[in-house]
Amino acid sequence: MDEGICIEGLSKRYGEGDTAVDALKDVNMSIAPGEVVGLVGPSGSGKTTLLKCLGAVIEPTRGRMTLGGEVIYDSAQGGWKTADLRALRRDRIGFIFQAPYLIPFLDVTDNVALLPMLAGRANGPSRARAQELLQALDVAHRAKAQPSELSGGEQQRVSIARALANQPPVILADEPTAPLDSERALAVMRILNQMASQFQTAIIVVTHDEKIIPIFKRIYHIRDGRTEEEAGEGRGIA
Amino acid sequence: MISLAGRDILHSWGKFVLTGMGLGLLIGATLTMAGVYRGMVDDAKVLLTSSGADIWVVQKDTQGPYAEASSIRDDAYRGVLGLPGVAQAASVTYLTMQVRHGARDERTMVVGFEPGQPGEPPNLLAGRRLLRGHFEAIADVKTGFRLGERISIRRHDYEVVGLTRRMVSTGGDPMVFIPLKDAQEAQFLKDNDAIISERARTASNPALNRPGVPGLLDAVNAAQTVNHSVNAVLVRVADGIPAEQVAQEIRRWKHLQAYTRQQMEEILIVKLVATSAKQIGMFLAILTIVSAAIVAFIIYTMTLGKIREIAVLKLIGTRNRTIAGMILQQALGLGLIGFVVGKISATLWGPAFPKYVLLEPGDAVRALVIIMVVCALASTLAIRAALKVDPATAIGG
Repeated sequence: MDEGICIEGLSKRYGEGDTAVDALKDVNMSIAPGEVVGLVGPSGSGKTTLLKCLGAVIEPTRGRMTLGGEVIYDSAQGGWKTADLRALRRDRIGFIFQAPYLIPFLDVTDNVALLPMLAGRANGPSRARAQELLQALDVAHRAKAQPSELSGGEQQRVSIARALANQPPVILADEPTAPLDSERALAVMRILNQMASQFQTAIIVVTHDEKIIPIFKRIYHIRDGRTEEEAGEGRGIA
Repeated sequence: MISLAGRDILHSWGKFVLTGMGLGLLIGATLTMAGVYRGMVDDAKVLLTSSGADIWVVQKDTQGPYAEASSIRDDAYRGVLGLPGVAQAASVTYLTMQVRHGARDERTMVVGFEPGQPGEPPNLLAGRRLLRGHFEAIADVKTGFRLGERISIRRHDYEVVGLTRRMVSTGGDPMVFIPLKDAQEAQFLKDNDAIISERARTASNPALNRPGVPGLLDAVNAAQTVNHSVNAVLVRVADGIPAEQVAQEIRRWKHLQAYTRQQMEEILIVKLVATSAKQIGMFLAILTIVSAAIVAFIIYTMTLGKIREIAVLKLIGTRNRTIAGMILQQALGLGLIGFVVGKISATLWGPAFPKYVLLEPGDAVRALVIIMVVCALASTLAIRAALKVDPATAIGG
């Protein structure tokens, strides 16, 4: 697979010697642009470690990662391909968290526009991009509101807009529906599917939310640091 | 680029302004302390300038008349007047005492001077100069006396005929100017009982009351009740003559100590005000440290309250320098609010202080620079904490 995200033989070991723990063991994954896959597993199975490796927050011990057709990590060739992991995260990876974690002192537009601005884009185009995404996510009417004035669902939609702001090839969503009831959880998943398709972004959703698992067409199960791919029910959302 | 610091300040402006006001009151106290010191120095300079003297002649081996007691004969000025280069010379007395003002006492410095000579208050706010030889006074407005009121000094009452301002001693006591002869008498005048007792003691002394020497007892009594001493002679030198040259002549030929304006300033400012300056300096240092600690604590706790947001900012690619800049700008913003509040507070409450508070623009600029530096240093603790935040903490697990 040339685009989206592709992981080959990814391993992560914490510690050394007798106390060493293998959090990830030869993980293989590939997600195409526009695809939404689930990453499911019990607590301590390695989901978060995998997410941190994919998010360029921690360095894997071994393996290879390709993002948008470009190798970003290869342990055989010295590890990270770029020294500026911050820029890599900013420009090529979107993050959605369990809680929206919007910046409380920025209004909705600036929460979204902040990313393009950090990437060096001018204020005008950054805000225009934010407006476009807020419209796509149906929260444009709250553009000037402070995060504290939004409902939980609105906040999550703004956080999705923020993740999409720099048009990353991949979005990592860490249990984005955990605090939501069924209806809102399904709404968020509907949006993620729609955004993945509209912006051709690969989305990995870490979850153990039983309500949304049947929605995925493909699911990676992770257990004791190893992943197994299986076809999901792929019921989709009505 | 969005100003993260500015947005955060606007978002929690209430907390920021209240904290800034608290800090501002502390800065106001610091500025006032500096103003008190400047006021003391300025008072000393005004005291010297308003005396109209170029040279102060005092008792040998003393630093009088302001820093130390000095007593010289009241005819010493005649010898000084005879020296080349001297344009004017006049005796003055200084006596710190409580004077009655209605039901209360006022602590004042009573100055005895000769009208038209050095030592006379230069400017009057109201009223006139002394025209009669006795029982008239000119008072500094800080004494609270008004024109026409009577001041009771020792056994005599003096009518206030003129008012002046900024005439205070180095201790901050406002001055009352009276004729020299009256001041000399007031300095040594005993109460009636003491005089009667002294006369009886003299009369009982056979050496001073000899039957065969008529008039001896009266002469001794008269000598005991008359004062021929003054505290200093103020000299004004002729145009074009260096004061130091005349002062050297006085020291050489008159066996008196003579100080030029520059030397007297050194005595007043470097020696007399030095202890107060050190005291104020200590306060300033403590207040600066306290201000720094407050700013550091506030910025640190504000940063700790934003750890999750900082982790998210770092995760989404915000550079360390942007985050450090945000914290630094907030600390500087707090300092700026504090400075503005402090400057306004010091300006408002300064005139209410009993001593003169001189708030110099130069001190305000220096204070602003120091506050900014202190705030920048105080923010380093918070910046360190923010830079240590692991972006991974934004991701659960």
